[in-house]
Amino acid sequence: MSDLYHVSSSPHVRSKDTTSKIMLYVIMALLPTSLFGIYNFGIRALILILVTIASCVASEWIFNKIVHKKNSIDDLSAVVTGLLLALNLPASLPWWEAVIGGAFAIVIVKMMFGGLGQNFMNPALGARCFLLIAFAADMTNFTVGAYSGATPLAQMRNGEAVNTMSMLIGKTAGTIGETSAIAILIGAIFLILMGVIDLRIPASYIITFVVFILLFGGHGFDMNYVTAQLCGGGLMLGAFFMATDYVTSPITPRGQIIFGICCGIFTGLFRCFGANAEGVSFAIILSNLLVPMIEKYTVPNAFGVVKTKPEKEAK
Amino acid sequence: MNKNVERLYNGIIKENPTFVLMLGMCPTLAVTSSAINGLGMGLSTTVVLVLSNLLISAFRKVIPNGVRMPAYIVIVASLVTVVQFMMQAYTPSLSDSLGVYIPLIVVNCIILGRAESYASKNPVVPSIFDGLGMGLGFTLGLTLIGLFRELLGAGQIFGAQVLSLSWFTPITIFVMAPGAFLVLACLVAVMNIVRAKMEAKGKPLAKPSGCITGDCAGCGMSATCTGKNRNQQQLKKQSRRIDTDERINFNCSRICDCK
Repeated sequence: MSDLYHVSSSPHVRSKDTTSKIMLYVIMALLPTSLFGIYNFGIRALILILVTIASCVASEWIFNKIVHKKNSIDDLSAVVTGLLLALNLPASLPWWEAVIGGAFAIVIVKMMFGGLGQNFMNPALGARCFLLIAFAADMTNFTVGAYSGATPLAQMRNGEAVNTMSMLIGKTAGTIGETSAIAILIGAIFLILMGVIDLRIPASYIITFVVFILLFGGHGFDMNYVTAQLCGGGLMLGAFFMATDYVTSPITPRGQIIFGICCGIFTGLFRCFGANAEGVSFAIILSNLLVPMIEKYTVPNAFGVVKTKPEKEAK
Repeated sequence: MNKNVERLYNGIIKENPTFVLMLGMCPTLAVTSSAINGLGMGLSTTVVLVLSNLLISAFRKVIPNGVRMPAYIVIVASLVTVVQFMMQAYTPSLSDSLGVYIPLIVVNCIILGRAESYASKNPVVPSIFDGLGMGLGFTLGLTLIGLFRELLGAGQIFGAQVLSLSWFTPITIFVMAPGAFLVLACLVAVMNIVRAKMEAKGKPLAKPSGCITGDCAGCGMSATCTGKNRNQQQLKKQSRRIDTDERINFNCSRICDCK
């Protein structure tokens, strides 16, 4: 019997994609970024990635045990959350803080709201923001090996010159996964080719951000500055891997574009006018909160339905 | 059980204003960044609550029904002013750290709630104990939240360093606003687990001792009320027999022994 046929009510044709398969694609797409992070920051990065993934999977397993729910770790979503969270942490972070972050992502952001598909904000980003507020000093300490402190974004904020080429390749300070724009783009192209994500959210996000930076960045049409802003910080990672999360982004095509625009505007606002040099994670979770409203106002017309405007009452 | 002891038990455990009734959330979340702040806020509210219950209960036959709210506010506001001046005189540092939340006791839901639902209908002595029980329950809640927030956020208990900073990194989010929500949610969850366990053992903690209004919708207990589900099941069974008009007017008071 073919898997395609289901003797049941509609839909009769089903995709062969399963949650675990899509999650596997995402993990594969994150491999170049992770490997580059390990190459760049050394063994500490590898340990941190493994610890965070283990923490996420373990907390999901334990939570399911405690509340007597069917175990859901084999859908691999906890692994993806752990990997994404680890890529958003500086390599110098103490391992136990990463464990707390993983548990927070799974238990509080995801499972408390009903598990995969019900969470209102991206678990990895929620946990990153939690850690950023909880352990501000450790989360902004990027001193690892050859790198001493400041990320390119912070340097730019202080008016120092940055090397755009090394930012593109990723030989800079930063979180484990955010430094190399090229590695992220390789993964993103893989995801787009496999049909896991489409370009609406990342494209509208990045275009909006570029327009915002051109208008309000204070550097005019300095292409070097714009490129550095694009490659610096978590923008690439956020636009391709975080903002496109199925659960926390709108399902309607128009809504996805609006969502990307919101992300872009918030990121630009936080980077240009905020207290910190970086604002991608806060921008995306803030936009996550707008998703229900965006979806409500962008419901597409059903095929064949004529949209009628409510008639104004005659005076 | 002695009625006064019952009032104390009711305020501290059964209808704890912080964990069960969820009243006075504004000061609960705002001032509990340390245990001493929570304790100070709780105790000053307790003083106001006891005295306002006393006065309102004593004047309950004199205050005309139509202007009872303004009358309560006048009484509560006078008491709060006294407490505020006392705190400024004797505990200036606490008064500084609590700031605007001391004057805001005037509009604290617990105080007006107890005045409206208990003190205005009951004699003086039980009213005093009711205020004392509710105040102590509030103090307990605030101090507990403050204790956890201070311990996790600064490694201190009542200002004394218990977790050495040499190995403990303070989780600063807990002394900031989001931490209040996290701690409150966890404590309420623990409270509900205990409640469920007690019920399973056949010793219900929170059987409503009597709905205040007889209407589940406006009842502070409705989140944890054990009678409600039973009522709704009965209501479903009966709903076919009851004609429409009656069903609309149906409320808690018809089935459970409230009121």
